[in-house]
Amino acid sequence: MSLDFAMLGQLTQIFGPSGSEEPVGEFIANQLRPYCDELTTDTLGNLIVCRHGTGKKIMVAAHMDEIGLMITHLDKEGFLRFTTLGGVRIPNLVGQRVKFSNGRVGTIGVEKLEKPSDFKLDKLYLDIGVSSREEAELFVNIGDTAVFCGDFVESGSRIISKALDDRIGCFVAMEALKRTKSTHELVFVFTVQEEIGTRGARTAAYALEPDLAIAVDVTMTGDTPKAHPMSVKLGGGVGIKVLDHSMVTSPQIKRWMAAVATELNIPFQWEVLEYGGTDSGAIHISRGGVPSGVLSIPTRYVHSPAEMLDKRDVEAAVELLVALLERPEF
Amino acid sequence: MLLKSLSELNGTSGDEGLVRNFVRQQIESFTETITIDKMGNLIASKNGNSPGPKVMITAHMDEVALMIIDITSDGFLKFQPVGGIDARILVSKPVQINESLIGVIGAKAIHLQKRSERQKAMSFDQLYIDIGAKSKEDALSKVKLGDYAYFITKCELFGEGLYKGKAFDDRVGCAILVELLKNDYDFPVVAAFTVQEEVGLRGAKVAAYHVAPDFAIVIEGTIAMDVSDREEEGWVTELGKGPACSLMDRATLYSPELIQWVTDIARQKGIPLQFRRGSSGGNDAGTIHVSKAGIPTIVLSVPCRYIHSFASVISEKDYLACLNLVDELLKDLPRKLGVNLIDKEEIV
Repeated sequence: MSLDFAMLGQLTQIFGPSGSEEPVGEFIANQLRPYCDELTTDTLGNLIVCRHGTGKKIMVAAHMDEIGLMITHLDKEGFLRFTTLGGVRIPNLVGQRVKFSNGRVGTIGVEKLEKPSDFKLDKLYLDIGVSSREEAELFVNIGDTAVFCGDFVESGSRIISKALDDRIGCFVAMEALKRTKSTHELVFVFTVQEEIGTRGARTAAYALEPDLAIAVDVTMTGDTPKAHPMSVKLGGGVGIKVLDHSMVTSPQIKRWMAAVATELNIPFQWEVLEYGGTDSGAIHISRGGVPSGVLSIPTRYVHSPAEMLDKRDVEAAVELLVALLERPEF
Repeated sequence: MLLKSLSELNGTSGDEGLVRNFVRQQIESFTETITIDKMGNLIASKNGNSPGPKVMITAHMDEVALMIIDITSDGFLKFQPVGGIDARILVSKPVQINESLIGVIGAKAIHLQKRSERQKAMSFDQLYIDIGAKSKEDALSKVKLGDYAYFITKCELFGEGLYKGKAFDDRVGCAILVELLKNDYDFPVVAAFTVQEEVGLRGAKVAAYHVAPDFAIVIEGTIAMDVSDREEEGWVTELGKGPACSLMDRATLYSPELIQWVTDIARQKGIPLQFRRGSSGGNDAGTIHVSKAGIPTIVLSVPCRYIHSFASVISEKDYLACLNLVDELLKDLPRKLGVNLIDKEEIV
């Protein structure tokens, strides 16, 4: 069965900044309804897709939210001021297009600066093509959120799009659920608010009390000109997380994941990430501790509107996740 | 007056006893149970046995202050801030230590400063408290390491319905919460007067865990910067425009659906409302909303100019409107929570 990359294209373009993940959840629920027994949306908005079974309760987590902006002020001329939602790179913002949930698009501009070091978030504004506060209020209110525009494009074996962080994780989880013949109790959690502190995963893990958890998320690479040294590259296979700022993976989990990959000839690479964290960071310290690992999709230009990954790594991730769900023996 | 009494009490993080005792006396006659948990949170409940959602309302008792961490050989006290304090506001101000002792935060007179010294703000390391002690031994007979030093400010009315005072963050929330407990609601209400908010939302974390409410409302004092040298987009909140509903801060992203509910109720009841237009800071909601399996949480704040200083300024109108709005929200809450917060679909 080949992967449904057209579906990934749709998934990446859905509006879903942290705190407003509902449209993404709806799409995923519709896709997975034929493959599960129960669909729940919890207090924080996590979508919990359950397929009953016996044996271990395995939680798979991928986050639905993407980085974005939140509007904090509308001025008399209709220009908007904003704050960032998640790890937005402020120096890259000028000239970017952003979109609101109602489809309105704006472009980010900057005030005249005395010197380059004056470049700060509060010098930026968003222009949505209106001439007054009253006109702006027809489309946008304080507290509304917006996401970056970035089309889904296939370029050879590579994919370029906004929000691959972490719709690719959602996609891998969805495709794995469709394929897997695991007889264990499977709980696929499409989490909220990962980008601002893995908050959805934290409450979901508490409520679900899984025996084992696997998060699927993007990771960075070291394979571009003069990149920060990191031995992860596009096309090198699925990443098995060793460490990031939120977790150090236990030896048992690492051994298990690598042994399954090796046995099935699935290409993988060890991932040591010096920044950031994933949902497993919150899950593994829930209650009395949950054995947790992370499958990572190597991705260049993470948190830009043009993130890039390789389809072969996605295939490897799905294959490995399917296999891990079928034999959670570590 | 309740707010004045609360404002003038001293109680920083880890030293909330005076505030706790005062609040306890105020609410004893109209609450059913009052407990103090292991962290020092004061937890009071009403209608504990009635059916319906359990609602927790919180306000933190602690204020920012200073802790004595060393005494010099000359008997001067070295200190560090408890909570976020700008060292630049401290020079030459009087402080109170241990309820009876007065000290002055000392610094070199302007006459003696070099030109380069005048251009730089002094840091905590360079400042000290002078309690008039003659020696280290003399100082040690009056204070010990770990004692706290507090801002001294009388709470007073001025201007058109404005109050100035210390510790409005968050005694203003404590005062509103005490007033709310006088009302009757037909569902279980738990008031949590929390400790150690200013040093990391710690009291609320354990309170949320053991109270395990279905819904939480946090009442706060928050930043207002509607002053002369600031452009409008940097005001965060404005005095006199009503309580501020939080949208986002460093610890919480608030539910758009609940923000809409707050907006609708305020509009229906004709209560002024503004949004907290900024994303800095954090409050008890940060630990409450991710407690256990997640707790729907909103925050309403009274705007405070010069927050975390010797003299904050609030508007009486905002205080009363905040009290009024939380009361109206509570009245509507059973209807609101009747709508399922958890959406579950069984597939057959």
